[in-house]
Amino acid sequence: MEMKNRWIALYVENQVGVLAKVSGLFSGKSYNLQSLTVGTTEHEDVSRMTICVTSDDVTFEQIKKQLNCMVEVIKVMDLTNVPLHMKEILFAKVRNVDQEQKEEVFRIAEVFDQGGYVRVTDIGPESVLLECMLTERRNNELIALLRSRFRQIEVVRGGAVAVEAISTTCR
Amino acid sequence: MDITGRKLFVKALQEEGVDTVFAYPGGMVTDLVDELYRQEQIRMVLPRHEQALVHEAEGYARATGKPGVCLVTSGPGATNTITGIADAHYDSIPLVVFTGQVPQHLIGNDAFQEVDIVGMTRSITKYCVTVRDRRELGRIIKMAFYIAQSGKPGPVLIDIPKDIQLQAGPANYPEHVEIRGYKPNETVHIGQLKKAYKMLRQAKQPLILAGGGVNIAGAGDKLTAFAEKMKVPVVTTIMGKGAIPTDHPLYIGNSGMHGCYAANKAVSECDVLFSIGTRFNDRITGDLNEFAPKAKIVHLDIDAASISRNVVVDVPVVSDANIALERLVEYAEPKHTEKWLERIAAWKEQNPLAMRRDKGMSPQMIMEGIDRVFPQAIIVTDVGQHQMWATQYLSLPKGSKLITSGGLGTMGFGFPAALGAQIGDRSRDVVCITGDGGMQMNMQEMATAITEGLPVVVCILNNQYLGMVRQMQQLFYGKRYGITCLRRNKDCPNNCKGPGKDCPPYVPDFVNWAKSYGAAAVRVSGESQIVEALEAAKAEKSRATVIEFMIASDELVLPMVKGGNPMSEMILK
Repeated sequence: MEMKNRWIALYVENQVGVLAKVSGLFSGKSYNLQSLTVGTTEHEDVSRMTICVTSDDVTFEQIKKQLNCMVEVIKVMDLTNVPLHMKEILFAKVRNVDQEQKEEVFRIAEVFDQGGYVRVTDIGPESVLLECMLTERRNNELIALLRSRFRQIEVVRGGAVAVEAISTTCR
Repeated sequence: MDITGRKLFVKALQEEGVDTVFAYPGGMVTDLVDELYRQEQIRMVLPRHEQALVHEAEGYARATGKPGVCLVTSGPGATNTITGIADAHYDSIPLVVFTGQVPQHLIGNDAFQEVDIVGMTRSITKYCVTVRDRRELGRIIKMAFYIAQSGKPGPVLIDIPKDIQLQAGPANYPEHVEIRGYKPNETVHIGQLKKAYKMLRQAKQPLILAGGGVNIAGAGDKLTAFAEKMKVPVVTTIMGKGAIPTDHPLYIGNSGMHGCYAANKAVSECDVLFSIGTRFNDRITGDLNEFAPKAKIVHLDIDAASISRNVVVDVPVVSDANIALERLVEYAEPKHTEKWLERIAAWKEQNPLAMRRDKGMSPQMIMEGIDRVFPQAIIVTDVGQHQMWATQYLSLPKGSKLITSGGLGTMGFGFPAALGAQIGDRSRDVVCITGDGGMQMNMQEMATAITEGLPVVVCILNNQYLGMVRQMQQLFYGKRYGITCLRRNKDCPNNCKGPGKDCPPYVPDFVNWAKSYGAAAVRVSGESQIVEALEAAKAEKSRATVIEFMIASDELVLPMVKGGNPMSEMILK
């Protein structure tokens, strides 16, 4: 069966221990968790998690059912095949660069800025800091490119958040 | 007017109709215990260890149908409950476990007797929470009782810090709670049910597999009626045993690892397997690729997450067994299954479930004696060979009840669970069938049995070994018995193949041990003494009796399917 990345939006009670319970389910049952982000919603007693797992169809069905079993879980939404907007915050620091290499970082930032958001947000004599808000996949590509071109990079990623689209089909 | 947390706690239990709390005191629950002293409605029972305490509550819950209520202190009191809670989780037993906790300002400080019990029990409870606001206490207790009993029942743990117990707050205990994330299934999808019925209707070799869910739902009569109307044979899991009377002509036997030959053959040969209230765990299925290879499978279960987890299912139906069977009985029309029933009868004849009768007392003879003397009893088993013999050979007629640890397989369960069952139902005979290994895991509970005046009949099948493991070593591990011998001492050789003349006769001497508590006790070593000993025990109405049955060490549980093998590959001899 096909292993692929699948997306879930999970509404949960905004209470102590709920994140531990949800993440504990993934480790306890050996589900392959890729990323999990959480934040409060427009209702302060409700949190929304965006979860990415790598699994086959059968396991994914089981994951959704197991999440539904939890008393603290209010709603499970499968976003895998839903049009949505998805973004991930990424900071990428490129170190030990000379002027020419800096120029290259700027050019890369410019290209990746199309279809997302990439800014040079900080700079020093030998370093450049990029602040990016791209899809998770685009972030992966950016990191791969930076890694191939520069010797020292530092990456801080926030995990993806997603919301269902209103009119578009972009992801 | 505001009242303290401890007062609200007792009020809540009273309003829930609790009559018994299994409680072990300690620093962080002394206030709750003290408050319970001040009233008459709820009795406290003092077990001698918190693991046994939870098993007693499980036995109580199974015997009465009400949730078992536990109260233990923080730290070690709480951690000792974990095995019992996990046992209840896997066998869907409703429990409400209250743990004391250090005051909130000390939480996280590694305070004396502080543990994160909620963190530890998250994966083995239906719900668990620490009360962090006195105003929430009433609602949380109400939630606990509701969640434990509704849907697929299970254990709920409520952790109450000491300061919450003392703090004043609302006196109100709510009558209802709305939980937006918890809506137990109380209906059945008629379309799916009809589809399932139609599949069974069209089968040529249909088979019903009944699991523990049928017994939990109290749907045994409906299941029997459904099977009778359709003339479809029935196999059960261990937890489902007794759902249909075992002397019923349509009943084949238990299926699974130690199921009978005919039952496992029927599962392997049927063309529709209509399963109700089972989660198809590995003891039932063996090799998943070879399980019921010719069958389309209907899976009816209250827990959506149990469906299509282990086996691929053709028709899933999410429902309580009782609700679904009520409809199914209405639909049922007779089928022509004579030829199929004949085949099954031939398998039964070919390899009947039976043990040797040629050399001395066999476990089967003991089970037959228990059947004869205690036809209407609550039978409670521990875990191991004796458990399999009990589930194979006891007839469990209508009016009797079997309580056993099926999912977790917890040694040490039997004796305390029997005590809990007797506490819940003093009008019935309670027989505990246990082994010499399992008995020693919670034998301190004899004190509870004596102080509570519980006339439980404890049948210890003593084969001097941890028999189920010994059986595997005998069959698959070159008869290297090592630490499965319960008489082994520090000087014994590693390659010991069995007892010799220097082995001590008893470790321990169960008869003298029981007498030291004031219990009645007798040792039985021959077939002729079985019934006599059981009858004497039955006549004993004020105290427990221990009957130690000395059985052969090399007795096997057969048939047996080696773990992971197909169910059709049974070891028969």
